[in-house]
Amino acid sequence: MEVSKLDEIIEKYRYDESGIVGILHEIQVRERYLPEDALKYVCEKLDIPKSQIYHIATFFKAFSLVPRGKHNITVCLGTACHVRGAQNIVDNFERDLKIKAGGTTKDRQFTLETVNCLGCCAIGPVVVVDDEYHGHVTPTSARELIKKYSEKEEKQ
Amino acid sequence: MTMQRVSSLSEFEEMKRLAMERRKLQKRYIATCCGTGCTSAGSRVVVSAFNEIFSKLGLEFEVKTTGCHGFCEQGPIVIVRPEGVFYRMVKPEDVKRIVTKTIMENKIVEELLYVDPLTGKKIVHEAEIPFYKNQGRILLSCNSDLNPTDILDYISIGGYSSLAKVLSGLTPEDVIREIKKSGLRGRGGAGFRTGEKWEIARKQKEELKFIICNADEGDPGAYMDRSVLEGNPHLVIEGMLIGAYAIGASMGYVYVRNEYPLAVKNLTEAIRQAHEYGFLGKNILGSDFNFVIKINRGGGAFVCGEETALMQSVEGRPGDPRPRPPYPAEKGLWEYPTVINNVETWANVPKIIEKGADWFASYGTDGSKGTKIFSLVGKVKNTGLVEVPMGMSIGDLVYKVGGGPKNGNEIKAVQIGGPSGGCIPSELFNLPIDFESLTEAGAMMGSGGLIVMDERTCMVDVARYFLKFLKEESCGKCTPCREGIERMHEILTNITEGKGEREDIQLLEELASVVKDSSLCGLGKTSANPVLTTLRYFRNEYEAHIKNKKCPALVCKELVSYYIDPDKCVGCLLCLKNCPSEAILGENKKIHVILQDKCTKCGTCLEVCPPKVSAVLKVSGEKIVTPEKPIPVQEWKKRNQLERR
Repeated sequence: MEVSKLDEIIEKYRYDESGIVGILHEIQVRERYLPEDALKYVCEKLDIPKSQIYHIATFFKAFSLVPRGKHNITVCLGTACHVRGAQNIVDNFERDLKIKAGGTTKDRQFTLETVNCLGCCAIGPVVVVDDEYHGHVTPTSARELIKKYSEKEEKQ
Repeated sequence: MTMQRVSSLSEFEEMKRLAMERRKLQKRYIATCCGTGCTSAGSRVVVSAFNEIFSKLGLEFEVKTTGCHGFCEQGPIVIVRPEGVFYRMVKPEDVKRIVTKTIMENKIVEELLYVDPLTGKKIVHEAEIPFYKNQGRILLSCNSDLNPTDILDYISIGGYSSLAKVLSGLTPEDVIREIKKSGLRGRGGAGFRTGEKWEIARKQKEELKFIICNADEGDPGAYMDRSVLEGNPHLVIEGMLIGAYAIGASMGYVYVRNEYPLAVKNLTEAIRQAHEYGFLGKNILGSDFNFVIKINRGGGAFVCGEETALMQSVEGRPGDPRPRPPYPAEKGLWEYPTVINNVETWANVPKIIEKGADWFASYGTDGSKGTKIFSLVGKVKNTGLVEVPMGMSIGDLVYKVGGGPKNGNEIKAVQIGGPSGGCIPSELFNLPIDFESLTEAGAMMGSGGLIVMDERTCMVDVARYFLKFLKEESCGKCTPCREGIERMHEILTNITEGKGEREDIQLLEELASVVKDSSLCGLGKTSANPVLTTLRYFRNEYEAHIKNKKCPALVCKELVSYYIDPDKCVGCLLCLKNCPSEAILGENKKIHVILQDKCTKCGTCLEVCPPKVSAVLKVSGEKIVTPEKPIPVQEWKKRNQLERR
């Protein structure tokens, strides 16, 4: 990640230690993970130990230290989605993508994640692919989703 | 109206007058819900369709995008105001009809009206819908008529008037007295008295003090706080301002979940506007009161909703909780006195100042005043956000407001209070919703997630689900929580997989009481509640899993099997083609057979089998007799007839 961009982000949070989670979020959004170099640079600029940033980066679920796939599939496992069968949807994705939740496919196309609640319980089970919400997902429609986003890729 | 900083109370009054005038001049407009629920259902596309058609027709007509209206089940929701005509599940192709019929000819588009499932009658107006009629909305009522990104819209309905009232002559002590008198208790879960918390912070001698709004709404199945922040962010800002004035703080933080992008967006914009108009910053409304607000985003850690962990996170460290006392009101953020309240608590403050403590206390019960917002979700007809006076019975909430069960199944329990809460069985549905009654029943108010469960919900699975959640979210600092939850989860997993043993129930009870008594923070102390309440009220389900290896609700995967009913199968090949595990044998017009050792129990066959055939059976603890190999449908019938003879 370019240093100038990192500087810009750190600047935005005014070199303030209390903005660390925000800084990491911005790096994560840009790079889809937290590159080691970037973390080291942030430590230097904020004058905090590397152990602290590593602790934070691994403490919060939102961060990843390894590159993620092009498409992010997030299955909501909130209680409302759970009682409507969300775990089965995760199982289906795991089987079809041949990865476990939290993993990324070999071709780096898909990352499968679960989230504790997205708060759109009325349309559960909910699956978010990239930033698009899909409600009332069933095993069959889950498979359709993978197909849809794989095809999108081929077209490009 | 020009935008300018308001630098005195009289200037504020003038601005308020102009804003109210602007609202009066708006004769008719459309209000479309653009909360996360409706947006997911496609409301943004509906808004663009409206704008497109109005510009095509050359009509100047306002389409207001508002926050959550609450009736998420029926989204996207469109309301024509001022009449309040309520259209539900509106699609872009319906927009033209709404414009030509309702807007131009004052007629109703019948097909888009809500139908009362009880009477079968169509209902035209929002206020007459039972879902709304049976609530008591103090906070949420503004949401459906407010553009959250327009500060003047907020001012026009009386916004920032409470702040003006405070700054025009109330002392901090007056404010605290009023909040104490109202009986307001924290809406984040524990129900601590807000006024008393403020008083403790006020009395501290330090120069520097902080205010925090806890918007780290981590309970799964709860989204009240998000909807308030999304739909009415200025109300929360105003509450924080009044709190800051009362305790003498000049700096505030809102700690909000990263999973709530729209809330962050609307709040950021609201804070910007509040600065621009002089409600935040230096010398607010010409007084010597200064206050600024910063937003801190969480990173997906449930424990950060616990106040001491939250403060660690704001300081830029991992969110590890610490023992209390000292309480944050004495030693909080960077060791300075800090008042932490949750979103809903802050939102109540301006209302109390505006209408008075007595008005607020007229809602609710002796110990629990005001209203409470719940997210009513799960196996209930009217999924959505509801706000009811404290003291309403659970039954009324589930049946009168919620409309009862979803698919004709019988409701057997509600889960209330998130992972720290508990399950309350239908026998106790006459219990009033207040802090004490719920705690007595083994659950807790929590932040307000209320998940309805029916006969197709397995209570052992629910307990296992919450323990899995807590196991992942436990920070690991103290042993009882880290190890105790892990072991309880292990036992529950065994039970749901049919490997449970007789002693397990007693072991669970012992573990639960140790974890409850000896954990460091609230997460561990309450973690046993889901186990204890399900054991207390649904012991028979545990026993069925352990003794009979049977899941009565047909949920636990290891204990259920799928069969194709040979009496019903017509041999259409649909399930066979869709089975992802190649576990179905069959040919055209031959009865299909599921290979039990290959079946992954994904449920696809059950989903794709045509409803009029419905040959796929899901069973637990029983075996269905089927042919071993596919045989022609006719042959099976003949064989059966022979046997019957």
